[in-house]
Amino acid sequence: MPTSTVKRTDLIFKKDIDYSAVMHKIMKMGKDEFIEELIDSGLRGRGGAGFPTGLKWKLVKAEQSPEKYIICNADEGEPGTFKDREILDNAAEKVIWGMTLAAYITGAKEGFIYIRAEYKYMQTKLRIAIDRMEQNIKALGIKFKLDLVFGAGAYICGEETALIHSMEGYRGEPTNKPPFPVTQGYLNKPTVVNNVETFVNAIIIAEIGAKEYKKLGTKASQGTKLFSVSGDCCKEGIFELEMGMTVQQFVDEFGDGDTKAVQVGGASGFCVPRKEFPNTIIGFEGVPTGGSMKVFNSSRSMYNTLENYLIFFEEESCGQCTPCRIGTQQLLMGIHAVKRKEKPKSYLDELLKLAQTMKFASKCGLGRSVGNAFGSIVTNFREEIIY
Amino acid sequence: MTNCEEFISQLANKYGRKRESLLAIIHEVINQYYYLSEESMTAIARELNMPAAEVYGTATFYTFFDTKPQGKYVIRVCQTIVCDMKRKEDIVDAIYELLRIKPGETTSDGKFSLYYTNCLGMCHEGPAMLINDEQYAKLTPESVKDILVNYMKK
Repeated sequence: MPTSTVKRTDLIFKKDIDYSAVMHKIMKMGKDEFIEELIDSGLRGRGGAGFPTGLKWKLVKAEQSPEKYIICNADEGEPGTFKDREILDNAAEKVIWGMTLAAYITGAKEGFIYIRAEYKYMQTKLRIAIDRMEQNIKALGIKFKLDLVFGAGAYICGEETALIHSMEGYRGEPTNKPPFPVTQGYLNKPTVVNNVETFVNAIIIAEIGAKEYKKLGTKASQGTKLFSVSGDCCKEGIFELEMGMTVQQFVDEFGDGDTKAVQVGGASGFCVPRKEFPNTIIGFEGVPTGGSMKVFNSSRSMYNTLENYLIFFEEESCGQCTPCRIGTQQLLMGIHAVKRKEKPKSYLDELLKLAQTMKFASKCGLGRSVGNAFGSIVTNFREEIIY
Repeated sequence: MTNCEEFISQLANKYGRKRESLLAIIHEVINQYYYLSEESMTAIARELNMPAAEVYGTATFYTFFDTKPQGKYVIRVCQTIVCDMKRKEDIVDAIYELLRIKPGETTSDGKFSLYYTNCLGMCHEGPAMLINDEQYAKLTPESVKDILVNYMKK
């Protein structure tokens, strides 16, 4: 049995944080000092886009507005991602206190957890955890009201501007940025929108300090990350790992011995074929990921995989901008036509160009990222798509 | 006022007569009536002081808000890649054997509707499905029938 080269960590689900003590520590330290600490920790958004968290909080704090909001993005819809569900199910307190910390730092008085309808079964549990927090902060003299808002089955609402529209009671359609939510977010007020895991990391940094936290991971991808591992694996589930490992290290640990490809980052991420395993780093310096790791062995058809992703995107495109609405349809029809020999093989190159155009011309991250999976699967598994 | 209008008026009192309350109100209406009827959309529009077309336009954006009659229990089987690899179609076949409905259909007694849905976040325990708000994972054709038989008795 080869020794494992993947570095396990255990911060996210570790139970014993004395939240009141941590909050006291931060109140003594000062708001600006903690923001510097958070920036120094190198924490980047854990939803996948990777915006520096400390900077986001700093921008909202700097806004002169009596009303500010803290929103936790729990609209986890990326295929193959289930770490936010696990966190909310087993470590909801850390999320809630991470949000309370954000509220204290930025001066927000109100917050919301926007959670996908698929996770409604957790409702009671979360409300109890929120009540407990609200009892505890009274003694600290912090005013922060937290509520739950449910989505209704729309992947696009994970995009922050779409999420905000949905919370405001509108269709969950993204808008152009700027303005960014940090200046004009929920109800046009400065708003922090962070992923579930980001809030957890923030409270952990508040507890252990940036110096300890920075010991984990690599320079570009600091700290730990939860990985949602599924597919043809020897073990599936949630694993907390240090960032910066190669796909090869990952496959040695989790694969079933016959891995031909790993889709890193969900349907909107990249497909890494076997020959690239040793040279591909999982993290912001290589393939970034919100945590979704789907493993395929050699019995799987990458045509089916690609078709499944395209059906997903075609259904979930909000339809607002043409490159994404028409592009997703054409890519799906295109691979069907090539498979049925109604179009020549070279038609795939036309489709690759279309995917590239979508990357530049689409309004939001959905349309822009369809080309990631499409390009990496078609380039690496061309034969499987054609024959 | 009809029962439905009365119910929606109470919801508007509870959540506040503002646009931000729209989704929360629709969620509750669907819990009660299983779908969003024309009557309820008009009532919501009146309570929130907005055009009924806007209520319709917003509701139809979201897959979980149905504007056509649905079964009391809506079954949503995950169709995304990992559940697909774990043979979600066997689950759909088992449901057909028991209830005689295919994805998109409702049983004649109005008790069950079946749909495919996108990733439920249960990939490591797939195939997975949702019945209303409840999640069910690690399904087999046998276990899905057991689960449904329990719902049939309800």
